Amino acid sequence: MQQKLEKAAVADLGHARQPRPLSDEIAVKISGLHKWFAGFHALRGISLSVRKGETVVVCGPSGSGKSTLIRCINRLEVHDKGRITVGGTLLSNDIRDIERIRADVGMVFQQFNLFPHLNVLSNLTLGPIWVKKTPRPAAEQSALANLKRVHIEEQAYKYPSQLSGGQQQRVAIARSLCMNPSLLLFDEPTSALDPEMIKEVLEVMMGLSREGITMIVVTHEMNFANMVADRVIFMDEGEIVEQNTPEEFFANPQHERSKLFLSQIL
Amino acid sequence: MIDLPRNPIWLWLKKNFFSSPFNIVLTLLLLYVATKLLWNFIDWAVLQAIWSGDASTCRQSEGACWAYVREKARYVLFGHYPYEEQWRPQLFVAIFFLLSLLTQFKRCWSKHLVAAWVVLPLGAALLMWGGFFGLPHVEMQEWGGLPLTLALAFLGISASYPIGIVLALARRSEMPIIRALSVIYIEVIRGVPLISLLFMAAVMFPLFLPEGVTISKVLRAQVAIIMFASAYMAEVVRGGLQSLSKGQYEAADAIGLSYTKKMVFVILPQALKTVIAPTVNTFIGLFKDTSLVFIISLSDMMFTTQASLQDADWLGFTIEGYIFAALIYFVFCYFISFSSSRLERELKV
Repeated sequence: MQQKLEKAAVADLGHARQPRPLSDEIAVKISGLHKWFAGFHALRGISLSVRKGETVVVCGPSGSGKSTLIRCINRLEVHDKGRITVGGTLLSNDIRDIERIRADVGMVFQQFNLFPHLNVLSNLTLGPIWVKKTPRPAAEQSALANLKRVHIEEQAYKYPSQLSGGQQQRVAIARSLCMNPSLLLFDEPTSALDPEMIKEVLEVMMGLSREGITMIVVTHEMNFANMVADRVIFMDEGEIVEQNTPEEFFANPQHERSKLFLSQIL
Repeated sequence: MIDLPRNPIWLWLKKNFFSSPFNIVLTLLLLYVATKLLWNFIDWAVLQAIWSGDASTCRQSEGACWAYVREKARYVLFGHYPYEEQWRPQLFVAIFFLLSLLTQFKRCWSKHLVAAWVVLPLGAALLMWGGFFGLPHVEMQEWGGLPLTLALAFLGISASYPIGIVLALARRSEMPIIRALSVIYIEVIRGVPLISLLFMAAVMFPLFLPEGVTISKVLRAQVAIIMFASAYMAEVVRGGLQSLSKGQYEAADAIGLSYTKKMVFVILPQALKTVIAPTVNTFIGLFKDTSLVFIISLSDMMFTTQASLQDADWLGFTIEGYIFAALIYFVFCYFISFSSSRLERELKV
């Protein structure tokens, strides 16, 4: 299985990850989460805790509920049952709770979703200025620093439409970073990219993971999972079927469904 | 067959106009009719036209009587406003013209220009009102013609645009009551003709006011126009809101922007830009719709045109009068349309 994985790898991301110690602090705690879409049971009792600094990769066949799960964390989807606690704030229907959690949780979308009418710098400073009340000069300084972090500082005054897909996605990552998030959610960040641009985005994500940013990544990039994840979660039909270290998960999947999924994807 | 040179124009003509005997006959026939009509018009409007003189000179000629327009232009444009004070409404119109002209150039776009758009029309209206610095006060009933048309249109546009935006947002609100109210308002207003709204404003509305309270008819008509245009504006803006991808809303949400900030900084700038063309379409419609207020006898430009035709000395020059009024409406509407295509180019829609 390990051999197959390397053959299938889209992007060569260098050396395999070293298992690392993690803090005991909980960044997100989800318990008994259920979600229905007009009768379709999308999430069936998900419980999951993510520790501070941890990188969790969520994988599974399409329609398994993995995107829905992370979209519930910042209320892009409303869950029907269960509890979500982000950094000590319980996600309720109170708009103040929702906005506090959203300001604290960054999200990177499959389609980048940059604001096309604003240049890169304004895309990055919009949140800090209007949500966190950061003065403009400080916000711009931090924006430039974060652009540097994703290796794209020379594009600060361009508009999104003037950038390649990979560059746009890196700007989107920088936009999330500008809010100093305590958790970053990635919803299939490389699925809309041309193959030659996937690597630059994955490398940036890898760097963030090494820096100790808490991340939940929904992706089909199994090589990324293998190299970067502290934990791999396999979902199917709205349930967490299996979770393990990437070494164990890829080398020795426990469930029939995991085995089937891995045999199909690799 | 005549051997025509292989000139592309000849080939084009042959292909499109002379491709068969039937088409040849049709082309010649239409050409004859069109030439005849055009010739008749030129003959009437230019060759035989009377440019100055009085009604009796005009009656001796078969042509157009532009002397009539010359005689009545001041009245059509400025109504019953005292003749020797008409420099005031002239200034009013000039200010609108100047502001519109400045707004054409992106270099001039600034907070000052926005302020000028608020302050100058207000100042011009005060000037028309008078009653200070030795300027005699002129009753609102005497205001008429072009300034009234411009004022109705300008206030109508500047009020119905924001109201329309709010209605459109309400219509897409997640709160059922707000959504329902907006839908009811829009559908009811769109379902009735503007004339019926104007009649209601003129006749029915005063009945509901407590005794002794009066609201001027101009104001009532203005409100009716704003109410009417807002409903149409709302639907235009809604189109813009729907044209944005869900991702834009979600990205703004994910940053933690509040509803208002999300709309102001992310959604509306994009949505309003995409609907510039239909927005201007509504504005032009509104500008022309102001002419309906003549029905409730407000002396806008349509009213003064009609009134000028009643002059016993100058009876019978209806066509000339209406052509003049149409020309003025056309100039303004074309100007609005021209500005919008410039704006679209500037904003790279």
